[in-house]
Amino acid sequence: MAFLDKHKAIETHATLLMVLSLLVVTIGGIVQIVPLFYLENTIEKVEGVRPYTPLELAGQQIYVREGCYGCHSQMIRPMRDEVERYGHYSLAAESMYDRPFLWGSKRTGPDLARVGGRYSDEWHQDHFYDAKSVVPESVMPPYGFLANNVIDGRYIRDLVATHRMTGVPYSDEMVQNALADFQAQANPAGDSSGLEERYGEAAFGTPVNVRNFDGQPQLTEMDALIAYIQVLGTMVDFSTYTPVANR
Amino acid sequence: MCAKPIKKEPRQVETTGHQWDGIEEYNNPLPRWWVWVFYATIVWGIGYTIAYPAWPLIKEATPGLLGASTRADVKAEIKAFDDANAAIKERLISADLDAIGADPELAAFASRAGAAVFRTNCSTCHGSGAAGFEGKGYPNLLDNDWLWGGTMEDIHLTITHGIRHNDDSRYSEMPKFGADGILDETQVAQVVEHVLSLSGQEHDAALAAEGATIYLDNCSSCHMEDGSGERALGAPALNDQIWLYGGSRAAVTESVVNARFGVMPNWNERLSEDAIRAVAFYVHGLGGGE
Repeated sequence: MAFLDKHKAIETHATLLMVLSLLVVTIGGIVQIVPLFYLENTIEKVEGVRPYTPLELAGQQIYVREGCYGCHSQMIRPMRDEVERYGHYSLAAESMYDRPFLWGSKRTGPDLARVGGRYSDEWHQDHFYDAKSVVPESVMPPYGFLANNVIDGRYIRDLVATHRMTGVPYSDEMVQNALADFQAQANPAGDSSGLEERYGEAAFGTPVNVRNFDGQPQLTEMDALIAYIQVLGTMVDFSTYTPVANR
Repeated sequence: MCAKPIKKEPRQVETTGHQWDGIEEYNNPLPRWWVWVFYATIVWGIGYTIAYPAWPLIKEATPGLLGASTRADVKAEIKAFDDANAAIKERLISADLDAIGADPELAAFASRAGAAVFRTNCSTCHGSGAAGFEGKGYPNLLDNDWLWGGTMEDIHLTITHGIRHNDDSRYSEMPKFGADGILDETQVAQVVEHVLSLSGQEHDAALAAEGATIYLDNCSSCHMEDGSGERALGAPALNDQIWLYGGSRAAVTESVVNARFGVMPNWNERLSEDAIRAVAFYVHGLGGGE
């Protein structure tokens, strides 16, 4: 086998071996990865999914910082027990604006993909201060300190701009008004019409939650985290959603 | 494969012909069974890509001969259970609420289905053991102290429409006696002492005597003169040791000054009628049902 005998040439030239190995790996990668970007059933478009508001985005950063994904998944698998407990199985489109995605792989606590609107803000406050006070069997550590960490939104515009850079479709307006929107969402007494116009019903079909999430006058990390949690899984209206057949 | 194998003496294994500093490499053949398993996996792999979705084409991947779809699977599985339970759910919906317990088969189904619904949806606030959380306003469902009534009918209505949640909910609102300036600070202190006396707690008798009149004028229309409460208004009994938001002096003062506004969502938009009936039956059977 003359062709196979040439193998020695590859084995004895480090550079050639490296170049050819890279070529093989590249072909394998292309075949596996590229179709995911164009196959119709891997890029299902779903109505209602919107980029996170600045406050929710800040909450997501806290979720990541505290490592919530270590114990909570955000991925309801298409299995009967999960669908009956948590609700409709997760769609890829629902986490399309997550940077990074937070599907997780461990459920010490429950899945949080559809936790939004399921509990009241007050319940979440109680639960963050002392989880055992509302779930006696819980092993979740206390996160009451979040309510003491005031956030002024100094970097919120940069955060939104960075997410835009990674492909989240924030408009120029959204970036410019990031700080105003950030503050408006936790201040029900203020004017939130701009926030509503950019992220709300007219633009994406669902109103934005505008509340004092932590029950305190100042804007804290607790506000941001609860705002984020309360929007999880609520963007898609499953009463009008029809799943794509070919998956 | 790479260089010419060199045949050694009899009973010696061939070498690959590779030689580094005089060290040679044996060319031991792989065990036959291993080789055949390896070939079998290749055949299996080809078969798999034919049976299941695999090769990406222009618009979609090859669907596979088996038509595998996790979405269709879960839909079919849920439908299978729904179909299996359809008859008994129908019976549950058409049954008279008070008659569910009399039918052993229906009762067994309702209490088990209800327990599952409770764990998924209700344990959030009422606790996984249904004991509520005293002092936080999440009522205990194990006792016979009901805010809005403990018959099957009452519980069913509460679950269906919720409390202070939308226009159809059960509704009542206690005025903020302190915050809205209906009572001044002294009067609040007096009426609190009277409330403490109703449940036989330690109190200041002189202040409580003053508070009795204030109680009669402001509180008794809902909580009744003797503090036994009024279920039609969801007004809790004040003459027992069961407290929704705590029975300490501080907690009662907070209740009088700022009032409370406990909310329970309406479940008729999230749960089907059979699930509501099942969970009502489950709660009714926890111990306090009337």
